[in-house]
Amino acid sequence: MKTLLIATAACALVAGAAEAKTLTVTPGGDAQEKLQTALLDAKPGDTVSIAAGRYELTDGLSLDIAGVTVKGAGPDVTILSFKGQKSSGEGFLVTSNKVTVRDLSVEDTKGDGIKSKGVDQISFVNLRVSWSGGPKETNGAYGVYPVSSTNVLIDKVVVNGASDAGIYVGQSKNIIVKNSRAEFNVAGIEIENSMNADVFDNVATHNAGGILVFDLPNLPQMGGHSTRIFRNKVVQNDTKNFAKKGAIVGDVPTGTGVMLMANRNVHVFENEIDQNQTAAVMLVSYTQKYDDLTYNPLPRDIVVRDNKIGKNGWSPQFPGGDVIAKAVGGTLPPVIWDGVNNYTRKGATTPEVVRVRLLDGPVANLHFSAPGNVFSAKPETMPKIDDGAVAEPKPVVLPKAQAAL
Amino acid sequence: MKAVIAALAAVLSLGAAPAPSPGSAPVALKTLLARAPAQTLGEYHLFTDDGAQHPNAGVTPYALNTPLFSDYAEKQRFLYLPPGTKARFRPTGALDLPVGATLIKTFAYPADFRRPGEKVRMLETRLLIHRRSGWVAQTYVWNAEQTEARLKRAGTRIDVSFVDAKGQDRQIDYRVPNTNQCKECHSLSGRIAPIGVKARNLNGDFAYAEGRENQLAHWTRTGMLTGAPAPDKSPRTARWDDPSEPLDARGRAYLDGNCGHCHNPHGMASNTGLFLDLEEARAVKIGVGKRPVAAGKGSGDLEVDLVPGHPDASIIAYRMASTDPGVMMPELGRSVVHDEGLALVRDYIARMQKPYGRIDICNAARGYRSQSPSSRPQRSGEPGPRGFLQCGHPWVPARPYGRPG
Repeated sequence: MKTLLIATAACALVAGAAEAKTLTVTPGGDAQEKLQTALLDAKPGDTVSIAAGRYELTDGLSLDIAGVTVKGAGPDVTILSFKGQKSSGEGFLVTSNKVTVRDLSVEDTKGDGIKSKGVDQISFVNLRVSWSGGPKETNGAYGVYPVSSTNVLIDKVVVNGASDAGIYVGQSKNIIVKNSRAEFNVAGIEIENSMNADVFDNVATHNAGGILVFDLPNLPQMGGHSTRIFRNKVVQNDTKNFAKKGAIVGDVPTGTGVMLMANRNVHVFENEIDQNQTAAVMLVSYTQKYDDLTYNPLPRDIVVRDNKIGKNGWSPQFPGGDVIAKAVGGTLPPVIWDGVNNYTRKGATTPEVVRVRLLDGPVANLHFSAPGNVFSAKPETMPKIDDGAVAEPKPVVLPKAQAAL
Repeated sequence: MKAVIAALAAVLSLGAAPAPSPGSAPVALKTLLARAPAQTLGEYHLFTDDGAQHPNAGVTPYALNTPLFSDYAEKQRFLYLPPGTKARFRPTGALDLPVGATLIKTFAYPADFRRPGEKVRMLETRLLIHRRSGWVAQTYVWNAEQTEARLKRAGTRIDVSFVDAKGQDRQIDYRVPNTNQCKECHSLSGRIAPIGVKARNLNGDFAYAEGRENQLAHWTRTGMLTGAPAPDKSPRTARWDDPSEPLDARGRAYLDGNCGHCHNPHGMASNTGLFLDLEEARAVKIGVGKRPVAAGKGSGDLEVDLVPGHPDASIIAYRMASTDPGVMMPELGRSVVHDEGLALVRDYIARMQKPYGRIDICNAARGYRSQSPSSRPQRSGEPGPRGFLQCGHPWVPARPYGRPG
């Protein structure tokens, strides 16, 4: 019976591939109905092709068929506008595997721009997601938002104006974010509660914070680790943090280049980090109260090396930052670590191992006695902090079909 | 595999011809199970009249103790069971329904809610059909004459006006969901699943033609349901709008019915870590002291999902009070605030008692005025990780379907 089922499934797949077709949607008429109908009619292997033009949408679009490519004629000419959106938490939602969304723009969604939830092999290629009124706290939260997904590709994506993170990857595994540009968002690129991410050749500029790697408690997937941040341009992140309180990125000081929080094995190298008024690279602990025995709030196994670091840290925007800056001579060193290195999980007998390798000195160790305890700071500046080698995660490899996009 | 065989057997047993009601064709089971959905609701013969008011043989009306709020629409619900099949009791989750079983829900507005039976306008009838391959969702939109409902896959909007229960004129921009959106709520681990037909939510009286009777008792007596304990020994969802029931049970029932279908470990909102189904008993998981993860501007400048004693500080109440698609919860299915539901949840938060989250549905079952008041449900076993207590039954795991992966 099992063999029969597999044989049937195989036939279905082959048949699907052989008959792959293109469903073309053109502007005019009821855009909502036309687009959504194509997204419902597509079969595995098909392409939904959205012709150049402006599509005014009133409700969220969604795709739940595996193996479909949704393709515009280019982000400058195929524009999905959600200015008149009346419902749904996002503009476009993908819930099926092996989906590529490419060559189009999504504008002015009331909530998130494009989201994938629980998808294996999701690719976002050559997209623009933006809010036309510039950075505003009433803009949607995330631009491109894969969550609980595996094999995530974000390539040549531009996000502009998100009130949380422009490119946000949450609770996912095996991730590549490259050749993308995030500007005028609260956070440019954020990798959260995720495993194995390569973030490279991107530009993060004019955000409040450029690139963040976080881990948060009380979530289904925790213990984020193994991220490489390299060859990015993280410059002039100078937009005043416009997030609502409550959102974790609301705590990111304006003018932060790279921020690593409560994550393990993160390597930051060969980036250009310049003109960020708070800091080039910050390593901080999660400071809020939490009720989660399995959570580790400290950044550890962190390597910062070989970055091209310009002028940063001249006016740190976190509470107590000015005092600390004064204590170390007016300008903060480019790399700042809160210095919390002693944490024992409840029930454990030995403390967690915290190693950092911060070679792009000078480095400030703030020597906080506990996460977030600014008042306990005993800032100490040193040329570098080197707890020894930390093996770098292997490059992320995506499945062939995705890698070929 | 056993389940597959059982399902197949159930389907094969359909060879036995059902007894058609006089003068009308029986329910068109083949049409229900066909790959392509019928273009009109009438083709299924679920009702004997064009206006879907008279259920055919095998189609039984039912009601839920605490339903989902849908812009004040009235809902008529029916369950179709193929001849010779039964639903099987499950203490948690939806009842186990055989292949061919179909859930039917008509959304309608009376012209004046003070005269609920008069001038009722039906908008759409949604079907959830249990095919061999799994559940599928379809929706049929009624014509102006109310004589025919046609398949609508891409969703649509309908202007509705009515006089509400307080005599106020109301206008609603009613949204018929697209078929993917059906799944956004009706989703368990990525597959479509029924939500409402949980034993605990059916555990209440219904006014049948032959008199009032508890639905679980009626279904058992008429051979529709097997394995159900007596109603006062079955778990029970409180009635959200019955002030004689305990406030915490009503508040949790409302959140269960309106949020718990997404906010559970297997639903669309699993990534939030906020679980509002009744089976959840961990305080932080129901929002107490829990910070949002992906709320973005939905946090409304508040820091925690639920602050006992302080509805104004609780993000849950804030999002229920919003109609901005990027803020409001639920994300789908409403465009106006449910004033009465919001008032209840605010009251529930304002008067929450420790231990937070520990709502025991046995208490709710006691609230049900059974025919034999002497037979009190008994506690047995301690709460498991998700804290579910069985009433008068041995402890069973909260999740019969288990966690994936």
